[in-house]
Parts: sequence; structure tokens; C-alpha cells
Amino acid sequence: MIQIINTGVANIRSLQAAFDRLDLTWNLTVSAEEITTATHVVLPGVGAFAAAAESIDQLGLRKAIIDRINHRDSATLCICLGMQLLCESSEESQSAKGLGIIPKAITRFGEGVKIPQLGWNEVRPVDNGPYLAGEAYFANSYRLETAPDGWGAAKTDYGGTFISSIWRGRTLACQFHPELSGTWGESVLTQWIEGITC
Amino acid sequence: MLKSRIIPCLDVNEGRVVKGVKFQNLRDAGDPVELSFHYQDQGADELVLLDVTATRQERIAMLETVERVRQKLSIPLTVGGGIGSINDAGRLLNAGADKVSINSAAVRNPDLIEAMSTRFGSQCTVVAIDAKKQGEIFQVLTRSGTTAEAIDAVAWAAQAEALGAGEILLTSFDRDGTRSGYDLPMLSAVTEACSLPVIASGGADSVAHMVEAFEHGAHAVLAASIFHDANMTVGEVKRKLAAAGIQVRTD
Repeated sequence: MIQIINTGVANIRSLQAAFDRLDLTWNLTVSAEEITTATHVVLPGVGAFAAAAESIDQLGLRKAIIDRINHRDSATLCICLGMQLLCESSEESQSAKGLGIIPKAITRFGEGVKIPQLGWNEVRPVDNGPYLAGEAYFANSYRLETAPDGWGAAKTDYGGTFISSIWRGRTLACQFHPELSGTWGESVLTQWIEGITC
Repeated sequence: MLKSRIIPCLDVNEGRVVKGVKFQNLRDAGDPVELSFHYQDQGADELVLLDVTATRQERIAMLETVERVRQKLSIPLTVGGGIGSINDAGRLLNAGADKVSINSAAVRNPDLIEAMSTRFGSQCTVVAIDAKKQGEIFQVLTRSGTTAEAIDAVAWAAQAEALGAGEILLTSFDRDGTRSGYDLPMLSAVTEACSLPVIASGGADSVAHMVEAFEHGAHAVLAASIFHDANMTVGEVKRKLAAAGIQVRTD
């Protein structure tokens, strides 16, 4: 059973449909206990950094998510804003506090590119990653600029290079939307489900 | 590098695709689910469903259509047509749309753009602009092109950006249905005045028209009849675009 954390600020219908197509059962959760015990947890994210961070705190889920990723290495997938929430902070909402699992700050794309980045872009794993290079759908104005120590990473070019996904053990975080990235995106979801090890 | 997108558009009325669709290998060319999947299979980068119904009851049918298409589709889905309020937009997103396109309601009430982008994010707030050449400007039209507004499309696109829109869907009323190519001067004027991604719409009849649109600043092209009439598949169009030097998704 995949537990999808329901922060209430994300549009998660496409993600649910993607799991349905893969014949996987899912449940929406706001329970710290379920986040702790589930085999698979997804931290989705569409919307604003501050709203999602506040929602996690109001629901009392901060510690359960951090423990799951830092101490137990249970399968966890963080999508789009979900990936950004792993960091300490974001230029999008200066005062909001991220989960701080990654000691980095999220920044806005620079001059010279259309913002938001909307559309398909190339994803290139730079270390031996859990999945192959491919083309993925992005919808973001903010991004992680450099890979954190101790994590594998994939890169993408958009007004310079940014980090389009990172992985460590059984945790995978993607700036792109695997649930909207066609058959390649489905293969990323399948690999995460089946248990990536890096 | 970000890819140039090819977006088929389906007009939906009472749960059925309207306008002639001439595929031979479909059981039912009027079923939005089957047709959406068919285009995805051909390599479409996104899909737009346009609700062309008029009544409230039919709008509820549209929600069911969006739900059914969503279950099948693994690419982004934009829904437009008749969205009048933030609640309308919320219902479509809950039904499975990834982006919602607003048009007449945004002109009547520009605050709707800001409300949607604050609540749901810029990335799912698409402002559709229908316009035609009028003297020196491109004049905005609303209510399916029946009402001329005292608004310049170029200034309106810039205002939509300032209010939080994430994308502009720009349709030329002069070119729509003419098969004479996109309105390139209008496209250039809007893409220069506004830093959002712009989807060009109205007038496409060939790959050459799409190449022109990308060369004039479009980030994506919308097309209906070129695909519905089965003149070309999405895959054929993308192969020809790639040969012309346009970067397209090839997965």
C-alpha cells in the first residue's frame, strides 16, 4: 500500500491515476503513524512552499517524514515541491522552514528563461542512477542548483544546469512529474516501487 | 533544453468529441478517452480538452469526461471552456486536470487570475486570449469570439503575467479555421511583451506553419484539424519538426 501524504495543497489526482494504471493500491494519509509504518510513502507537491511546509507542521508530520528518510531508509518518493521541501528554505517563501534533510536553499530560475519552466526537458543521471536518462515533464519556477553530498543526482539544463532528481538509498526525489511523463515516467515510478538501491 | 510542445485540442460537447474526426483505426472517433489515448500514443506532449457546452448540466458531464480521460492519460491535461470562478477551476483540478484555462471570466474579473495562481499555483493557471487584428492593435475577443473588448491582447498578456498566470494560450480569431498559418505578427508581439510560455493556436495546416510559430517565439503549438482529419499523425509531425531543426520530445 502506497501512502500519499495529503497536505491538502497539492493536486494529486494525476498521481493517483498513475498508480491505478500500474495496478498499485494507494491511500491518502495525514497520519504520522502510517507515514512511519508504510512500505511506500509519497510526498507530493504542487503549490507554494510555505503553504505545504505549514500544512506539514499543522498536521504534525514533520518528525515522521524526517525520521523515515534519515533513519529508516524506507521507500519514499518526493515529487516537485516535495523535493524542494527536503531542503532548508526556498526563495519562494523566505520565512518558511523546510524539512532540512538537505542542507541547501531552493532558488528561483535566473534571467533569460521563461518562468515557470513548463514542458518536457532532458534528464541526465550523472551517477549510476536508479533509472535511465529520459525526457520528463516539468512545471516549476524554483529549483535546486547543486547536488547535496551523499546523494546521487540527475541534471537538466534550463538557463544553466539544475538538479532534476536526487536519490539516496530508497528515497527518490524528482523535480519533474513522473506521473505526467509518459511511459518513461511510469518506468521511474515502477523502479521506485520495486526498490531502488544505490 | 526545453522541448517545443505539440498539443492536440479536442472540443467536447456532452461527453463527446465534436468536429469531424476521421481516424480509421478507432472504434469510436467521438469518445474523448479513446481519442486522447490515441494522441498520447502518437507522441502528443500534452492534451487540451475544450468544453464547448453551454449549460450547467452539461458542465457536470464534462467533469466526468475529465475524470475518465485522466485515468488513462500519462501526459499533462489542460481543460478550458466556460470556467467562471475559482470553484469551477477547483472542481476541474479535482477531477484530474493539471491546468485550467480561463478566458472570458478573466477579462471580466482579472482578480480571478490572481486568486487561481495563489490557491493552485501559476503552473496550473493558463490564460487563454482570443484576438484579432483591429487597426494597429490586436483586439481581445470574449464569449467565443462574439464580443469585442476594448483591450489590446499584448497589454492583456503582460497584465495576466503580472497577476500570476503561468502560461498564455493565444488564438488568432482571424486565422482560426482558415488553414493559412498562425498569426505570426501577433505571436511575436505577445512573446516579446510577456515572459511567459505562449501556446500558439489558430490556423495551422502544415508542419511549416508550426516551424514558423516556433521561430516567432511560441513554446508550444495547439492544433486540431491537422490531426483530426488524419492528414498527419503527431509522430509524423514531430519527425518533420525535428528534421527542420526544432527540438521535440522523442520518447
